[in-house]
Amino acid sequence: MNLFVFVKRVPDTESKIKIDHEKRTIVEEGLNFVLSPYDEYAVEEALRLREAKGGRVVIFSVGAETSKVILKKCLAMGADDAVLLKDEAPESYDGLRTSKVIAKALQTKFKDFDLLLFGRQSMGADNAQVPSMTAELLGLPQVNVVTKLEIEGNRGTAEREIEGASEKVSFSLPAVISAQKGLNEPRYETLKGIMAAKRKEIPVLTVEDLGLSAADLAPQLKMTGLESPPVRQAGTVIDDEPVIAAKKIVEFLREKAKVI
Amino acid sequence: MDFSLNEEQELLRQTVREFAENEIKPLREELDEKEEFSIPLTQKMADLGLFGILIPPEYDGMQMDYLSYCIVVEELARVDGCQAATVAAGNSLGSCPVACYGSEEQKKALLPKLAAGKLWGFGLTEPNAGSDAGGTQTTAVKKSDKWILNGSKIFITNAATDITLGSTIQTVTGEREGGKKVYTCFLVKQDTPGYSAKPMHKKMTWRSSNTAEIYLEDVELTDADILGGEGEGFHQMLETLDSGRLAIAAMGVGGAQGALETAVAYAKERRQFGRPIGKFQALAFRMADMATEVEAARSLLYRACWLKDSGRPFSMEAAMIKLYASEVMKRAADGAVQILGGYGLMEEYPAAKFYRDQRLLEIGEGTSEMQRLVISRKLGL
Ligand SMILES: Cc1cc2nc3c(=O)[nH]c(=O)nc-3n(C[C@H](O)[C@H](O)[C@H](O)COP(=O)(O)OP(=O)(O)OC[C@H]3O[C@@H](n4cnc5c(N)ncnc54)[C@H](O)[C@@H]3O)c2cc1C
Repeated sequence: MNLFVFVKRVPDTESKIKIDHEKRTIVEEGLNFVLSPYDEYAVEEALRLREAKGGRVVIFSVGAETSKVILKKCLAMGADDAVLLKDEAPESYDGLRTSKVIAKALQTKFKDFDLLLFGRQSMGADNAQVPSMTAELLGLPQVNVVTKLEIEGNRGTAEREIEGASEKVSFSLPAVISAQKGLNEPRYETLKGIMAAKRKEIPVLTVEDLGLSAADLAPQLKMTGLESPPVRQAGTVIDDEPVIAAKKIVEFLREKAKVI
Repeated sequence: MDFSLNEEQELLRQTVREFAENEIKPLREELDEKEEFSIPLTQKMADLGLFGILIPPEYDGMQMDYLSYCIVVEELARVDGCQAATVAAGNSLGSCPVACYGSEEQKKALLPKLAAGKLWGFGLTEPNAGSDAGGTQTTAVKKSDKWILNGSKIFITNAATDITLGSTIQTVTGEREGGKKVYTCFLVKQDTPGYSAKPMHKKMTWRSSNTAEIYLEDVELTDADILGGEGEGFHQMLETLDSGRLAIAAMGVGGAQGALETAVAYAKERRQFGRPIGKFQALAFRMADMATEVEAARSLLYRACWLKDSGRPFSMEAAMIKLYASEVMKRAADGAVQILGGYGLMEEYPAAKFYRDQRLLEIGEGTSEMQRLVISRKLGL
């Protein structure tokens, strides 16, 4: 099986995010960047499928040279190859733009695949658009938020989370799936993997190499504002005898919070 | 000058940090309290490759540089000095002497197993020969084609677990003209008749690392069990310790980092007099000093690793950083206990364990006094 996984470099969830209001982006300086956590499930699933069925796992990332670090990590986990689809444009939060780059790469350079795996969403932007848009651009079946995946021959079945239930879907290959937490437990890279990754070259294809013009990539989305969540106000402490406290709480819920 | 780590080293740090946070941290307190050496956890570390770091690829190892090795030990010690000890002893003291001085047969027989997580001890210290390693009393006497070993060893890390295959044992095999002793190392398998190793308990420090006493009573070996050649033992042991000191220093840097982070996190949460205690300048400045010292120790350690990795003399710098990092961690752990107040004295909080585990660093693999001796001799004193 040819298993392609698409991964993104995102700020570590434990980083303290600062905003550059003028540029309407986050300040990257001083941040620690990691492989987006949901993407790790996608990589792990691809590696398990390869172990069970044979084939190759190739990892792709759309982004700047800095994304090579996460590609190395995927190689260290055990992926066979990694490709950087180089796009030096700053983060646009435009999922369609990313999907166009991926779709174009697959249509022109990497045509031979059975399954495309994504994280359900990238940590940080949280748009959850790229898997679906890529599937649409390529006219492929898609299953999102997958918690269980089985492949038999050229068909797959997947379980996905829906509100209050789990849905079972069957589909034909090639297809797109996006991974949800619970799909598997990602492995640690081994030291052997790290050493092997060191020796692997990561080929780079620029958006120009793919034949995409500035017009193709013109953003369809404009960021008009970016704000940190408001700082939480200190709560009100009611420090009275139970009888009085209860009255004050009811009063608060009725008049201030207006929930009863 | 380029101080940046390469991509692999960054990745290595991230991987070991995640592993230590997710797999070691949840067990740290319980293993320490029960004074339990954990085989499953050791196996997990082995699956990651942590016991083959310095072993050449022909014997299933990774043969990474010393800087990478020290990053691994540093990250383990940031969370748990005991697991760092198991790994550091496994690499520096267990597999290294075999890889450096062993015959082809010895290497083939042992190294792949050690790379996969089996353990091997390094038996130098004896009840009557500690800092003065020349005072070894264990003897090996040749009788026709056999060597007969008698004596005992003490405080030998990793030497008495169910996954230990044996130990390197330094012995006295004779006397040169002028009365100088001849030292020879033997590779002794765990199941050799007359050989026994038993765990030592009630330790204050490194409680979930295995420390053993070894007894040798008429243990019969042959020439094939000698490590390197007859008479090379002393030199082998000293060289092993020179490099081993870098890993002990890495434990100091990592442990100090862990203690610092513990203190900072607590100082942000704990409120007294209406504000987080980290806002009190007395504590904030103390943590600033701790952070500065950790950084200084890390720089000295990485530079010493660079000296070794680039084939330059490094033994003075190794002694310096072993000495310095141990003492930096002492101050950092002490600071962490102080900043946690009463909770700093409770084992439920990690400061106390950093404080206890630090204490080994000034004693093991050459006491701080011995490091000062090495350094002062290099000064021509
Ligand atoms: C947990 C643990 C693990 C260990 N693991 C190993 C191992 O795997 N293999 C191994 O071989 N050993 C191991 N050791 C032993 C360790 O290396 C020795 O404890 C150490 O070298 C000190 O020896 P000693 O305990 O006999 O102290 P001594 O040498 O008796 O020292 C006592 C005190 O005297 C001081 N002193 C001695 N001579 C001088 C001098 N000339 N000038 C000034 N001061 C001096 C020392 O610095 C120290 O303060 C381990 C020890 C511990 C506690």
